[in-house]
Amino acid sequence: MESILLLVHMESDGLLAKPALEALAAALALGGELTVGLVGGAAQPAANQIAGCGAARFLVVAGDPYTQPRYATDAAAAEALCRQAGAALVLAPATSRWARALPGVAYRLGGRVDTHATSLSVQDGAPAATRWFYRQRMEAVLSRSERPWVVLLDAGCNPAWTGPAGTAQVEAVTVETPPTRTTVTGVQAPKADEQTIRPDARLLFVAGAGWTKKQPDGAVHGAEAETLILGFLRAAKASLGGSKSLVDLSGEGQPVLRFMTHLNQIGQTGATPRHPKGLSTCCHGEEPHVVGWRFVNQRRAINLDPNCGWARGKADVLYVADAFEVMRHLNKLLA
Amino acid sequence: MSTPLQIVVCGSIVPDPLQTLDPVTGAGSPSIKNEMMLPAILDPWAGHALYEAAHLAQKTPGSKVWLVSLGPKAKLQQVMMTVAQKVPFELVALDGTASGFSDSFETAAALAGAIATIPGLDHSKLLVFGGWESASRGAGSTLQMVGERLGIVEQFQGVDQITVREDGSFEVLERIEGGRHQVSICAAPPAVLGWATGHLPEPRNNPQVGMANMRAIMPALQRAKAAPISSAGLRFHSVSLPKQQRETRIVKNMPAEEIAREIVAWIGEE
Repeated sequence: MESILLLVHMESDGLLAKPALEALAAALALGGELTVGLVGGAAQPAANQIAGCGAARFLVVAGDPYTQPRYATDAAAAEALCRQAGAALVLAPATSRWARALPGVAYRLGGRVDTHATSLSVQDGAPAATRWFYRQRMEAVLSRSERPWVVLLDAGCNPAWTGPAGTAQVEAVTVETPPTRTTVTGVQAPKADEQTIRPDARLLFVAGAGWTKKQPDGAVHGAEAETLILGFLRAAKASLGGSKSLVDLSGEGQPVLRFMTHLNQIGQTGATPRHPKGLSTCCHGEEPHVVGWRFVNQRRAINLDPNCGWARGKADVLYVADAFEVMRHLNKLLA
Repeated sequence: MSTPLQIVVCGSIVPDPLQTLDPVTGAGSPSIKNEMMLPAILDPWAGHALYEAAHLAQKTPGSKVWLVSLGPKAKLQQVMMTVAQKVPFELVALDGTASGFSDSFETAAALAGAIATIPGLDHSKLLVFGGWESASRGAGSTLQMVGERLGIVEQFQGVDQITVREDGSFEVLERIEGGRHQVSICAAPPAVLGWATGHLPEPRNNPQVGMANMRAIMPALQRAKAAPISSAGLRFHSVSLPKQQRETRIVKNMPAEEIAREIVAWIGEE
């Protein structure tokens, strides 16, 4: 097996997050000689966290310019680590930070890049990656002859590495910090009690545009819809998704669920989250939306239309019922 | 806002998402069955990038928008009949594959080459836009390599908002993990921005804009240079459709309370 460089970056607490540990496990499973490249403020705590993983080397680019995710500095750090390690295969977790920077690094190294890999294997003695094409419509296994080959692994596809911490022998790699016109000024996040996107939740709750339509009494019940959905999310500790038609309403000035944004959108032009279970409500289960459910294992839906998309083999169970009514009972039971 | 901008949007075409897609594998790269027969649309995230570009250009007098598109010429022409009615832009067409199975490295080379030949392009005013991922390859890697080839290292991905300030600097909101946005200030162009959905709705069709655009689009399509993408080092071992058909149990006439109980029990299962 060819030599492998695993690129990871530290989080704000100085340690490695779960996606990095998942990528580490995937790298170790391939079996080649492993070098770990770390980028961030101070690398020793993170290197110590995985000291027992069996990596041959721990290369480090550390310092203030590398504490913040930014293309110019991240690409410079990753490029330096790749050149120092000289590995044929470069693996990294598909975090927003690496997804931004590593394709450009592959170009600088004369290599190639593949992203959103869900697994790695060895085919004919060479590494091969599995990934989806056409927004989760078809799955392919591919390999490349060009080196270095940079592969970004999606989170949630591999078990995270667990093992003993220790004291790692780190080697600092010097990088000439590139000039940049970009300053990272902060992060905008919803208030803690309004945070509706929970990637680690066991349940994905999806709301469709039906929540904002007229109900049997001829009126729109937007306020009640908000209360029911937020109540359920809190009680079930679920993550919230939305159909495109619902999140688009906010851009068109129509009655909307105030906490629903494009960040919640699931589907062709939205997210494809990984949750063990998913519950869809007031959503017709059209194909462009359902491709976003590819990695939701157990699926149930509540819809008034027994012939909606969910009925055509896309959900395990379709409840033909009024979602408002079911949710009122659900919230009582979960309270 | 004073400084005019030159905004180049990279965007290709993809099969209409409502179509059934079947992969075909043969001696070369895989392809989609009857791909040339399937109705196509402008790639959705590239579409958002185009609408955001037009909106920004409208707010910044003297600005101009180009759409650089790599795809089969005949399909590009079809899609442009619709896209041209949305917002004003000038098309730079490249005749080649729009397949999701082609290599982003070579695609980036073709796009960067086309951008470099746009007459009068001034890097100090240049913003390169595109979708952060396509709905075909979905790699999210092409724009970064376009930027590198053009020497642009101020790059942003998953962009939902750009706010250009009086001094020519601009604030960018990029999507990051956990439903959050990273906020950055870039002092000046050039920059590359890979757009997520942004905040703008799809513009209504405007026949007058369509007519004005089409006057330049048809000659641009006739001028389209061939852009061969060989993907020589890329080998597909398999391409398959997922086994996704489920045996859906359709539950009718069950009281809401009972449904709720069943769902609670299901949520609680390991």
